[in-house]
Amino acid sequence: MRACLSLGSAALVLACARGEPARGPIVSATGPVTAATTFASYDAGAAAGGPGVGRRYGFGRTPTRAEVATWNTDVGPDGGELPPGRGTVAQGAALYQAKCAMCHNKNGEGMAPVYPAVIGRDPKAEGFHFAADPKLVKTIGNYWPHATTVFDYVRRAMPYNAPGSLSNDQVYALTAFLLAANKVIPADATLDATALRTVKMPYADRFVPDNRHGGPEVR
Amino acid sequence: MSRASDDQDVALAGASERLPDESPGLTRRDLIAGAVSVVGGAVLGTLPGIVGAQDRQPAAPPWRPPVPSDPTRVTGAPTTAVGVRSPFETPTRTPTGETTGNSLTPLQNLTGTVTPSDLHFERHHAGVPTIDPARHALLVHGLVDRPTTFSLDDIQRFPQVTRTHFIECSGNGRAAYREPKPDMTPQKASGLTANTEWTGVPLATLFREVGLRREAAWFLAEGADACRMTRSVPVAKGWDDALVVWSQNGEPLRPEQGYPLRLLLPGWEGNINVKWLRRIELGTHPWMTRWETSKYTDPLPNGTARMFSMELDAKSVITSPAYPEVVKAKGWRPITGLAWSGRGRVTKVEVSTDAGDTWHDADLLGPSLPKAHVRFQYMWNWDGGEACLLSRVTDETGYVQPARRQLLEVRGIGTDFHFNPIVGWRVQSDGRVMFDGET
Repeated sequence: MRACLSLGSAALVLACARGEPARGPIVSATGPVTAATTFASYDAGAAAGGPGVGRRYGFGRTPTRAEVATWNTDVGPDGGELPPGRGTVAQGAALYQAKCAMCHNKNGEGMAPVYPAVIGRDPKAEGFHFAADPKLVKTIGNYWPHATTVFDYVRRAMPYNAPGSLSNDQVYALTAFLLAANKVIPADATLDATALRTVKMPYADRFVPDNRHGGPEVR
Repeated sequence: MSRASDDQDVALAGASERLPDESPGLTRRDLIAGAVSVVGGAVLGTLPGIVGAQDRQPAAPPWRPPVPSDPTRVTGAPTTAVGVRSPFETPTRTPTGETTGNSLTPLQNLTGTVTPSDLHFERHHAGVPTIDPARHALLVHGLVDRPTTFSLDDIQRFPQVTRTHFIECSGNGRAAYREPKPDMTPQKASGLTANTEWTGVPLATLFREVGLRREAAWFLAEGADACRMTRSVPVAKGWDDALVVWSQNGEPLRPEQGYPLRLLLPGWEGNINVKWLRRIELGTHPWMTRWETSKYTDPLPNGTARMFSMELDAKSVITSPAYPEVVKAKGWRPITGLAWSGRGRVTKVEVSTDAGDTWHDADLLGPSLPKAHVRFQYMWNWDGGEACLLSRVTDETGYVQPARRQLLEVRGIGTDFHFNPIVGWRVQSDGRVMFDGET
C-alpha cells in the first residue's frame, strides 16, 4: 500500500512539473475522502485516515481580503501576479551599489562562502556543465530558469539586512539591473510587469523533474 | 550556575537578549569565553546579519565543578528547574557565527535514534526569527472552499498525532562526497540529519477543514522568517503523511526548528519542511521559487538539473568507531551507526570490515519506522590489524545504497544536493580511525 502511494506521488510530481493537469491518488475534499486510498501512512494505527477523518471542526476564522493580500505576494513563473510599477537598469545599478554590494560585492561576484554570487557568466559554465565541476559559479545569468521569480525573491527576501523595505519600482529596477548585468536583457532596458513576463532565461529548458523512483536503480 | 555546554548557545542567541547587567546566571567565565562582548556599555554583534568576530571564536574548555574523591561522602547538589548535561559531556553543534548557514549534529556523540532537540542540526537562510505564539497564525487560502486563518490555539484543538521522522538537509555529505578527507568526523561527513518525535496535526485534516478545490494540485508553504522561505509541494503529499507540527521530543519546537509551527514532510529534503510556517496557498502549478530552482536542484552530467527531487535516497553511516575515536583494545566491540530512507522503512543494513569484499547483516536495534533513523549494530572481533569498515543500507523499495563511484557516474562531482554514497572508516593497527569516503 505504501509503495503504491509513493509511486503515485512521484508520478504526480512529474506530471505537475511538466505543467500537465494533476492526476493521481487525490480526491476532492469537497466530497467524501476515502481513507483507504489517501492515508497510507496513518493506516498502521487504529485511526485509519488520521484521527478525526470525516469530520469538520469549524476552527479558525475567515481572513479579510486585505489580510490575504498582505501576505500573498508570491510571483510565479508566468508572472501573472506581478504588481504595477517599473524600473530601469540604470536605476537598478545605483540601488545595487547602495543596498546590495556590501554583501554581493561590487560586481556581483559575492563573498564566499556566505553571500552568493548574483552576476556572472563564466564562459566555462556556458553549456550548463555544472555537474562536471563544482567550482563553476552559479548565478542569476546561468542558473535561474524564470525571470519573474528574480522579482519575487528580491521583493521577498532582500536586502538581507532590511527585507521588505523595497518599493515595487525599486524591485523592478534591481531585477532589470541583475538581468542586464547577466547579459539577459539590454543595458538600456526598462522593466514593468509586461516586459518582465516576456524575458526568457538562458538554460530555462535545462531544469527537469525528478526521475528517481526508488527501487534498485541508482539515478 | 555556569553551564559549559551552553556557551555556544549564548553566542548564537545574540547578545542583545542577554545583557550582562540583567543576567545573574552568566558568570565571569561566560564573559571571558567570548559569549558576550561589552565595550563602553554597548553590546556588539547585535545588528541583523552582522556578527562580531568574537562570536566566531571556538568554545572555551568546558567548566567543571569540583569533583570529590568519593561522591558517597559528600551531599550532592539540589534539584534544579531545568536539567543540564553532565559537565563531563559536552556535545556541540558546529555554529559558524553567521545568520545563514548550518550547524551540524554531533552524530558521534549520540546513541539510540532520537536526536536531543538542542543538538538537532540547523540550517537557516535568514536567521532564527523570534515569534510570539499568541500572534502567530497559519493562513490557508487559494484554491479552497473556505480560506481560513488558524491561530496556534485553533491548530492545537484538532486531533493530534505523534510520529518519529528524520529530517535531513539534502546538502548533507556534500564535503565528504566532493573532497573526502581522513579527518572528517561523522558530524562533519553526515551531520545534517536528525531524528525527532514530532507532534502535530495531519495536513490532511486542515485540507478537509478548508475544502480543497478539485483543481488544486500544488501548494506553496511560506515561513515567517526574514526571507519568507517558500517551497512548492504536491497536494498528494499533504493527503499522504504531511504534518503541521508544534512539538518536538515532548515540548514545543525549538526556535531554530520552527517555533511555533513547522511543516513536516516525512522523508523529504530538509529545506521543504518549512519552519515558522505561516501560510499555505493552494494552486495548480509549482511556484518555481528561488529555493526550488536556483537552489536545491541537482545538476546532472547530461547538462540538465533535476528539480523537485524531494525524496531522500536511503543512506547509512557508521558513527562508532569513527574519527576521532581510537579503538583501544583488540577483541569484541560493536560497530554501530544510523540508517534511514526517505521512501519508507529500512529493511537491511550490511556491514563490511574488509572494504566491501564481504558483507554481514547488522542487527537493527528497535523497530524500523518508516522515514526514520534506525540504529544498526554489528559485533566485530578486531584482530589488531588494519581494517576498512563500511555500511550499506537497503530500503523497502529495494534501493541499495550505492558506492561513491556509482553516484559520480550518474550525478557527477559537481551535483549540488543528495549525497548518499557508502562511506566508511579505516582502522589503523594503532587503533586510530580515519574517514574513508572514496568508495
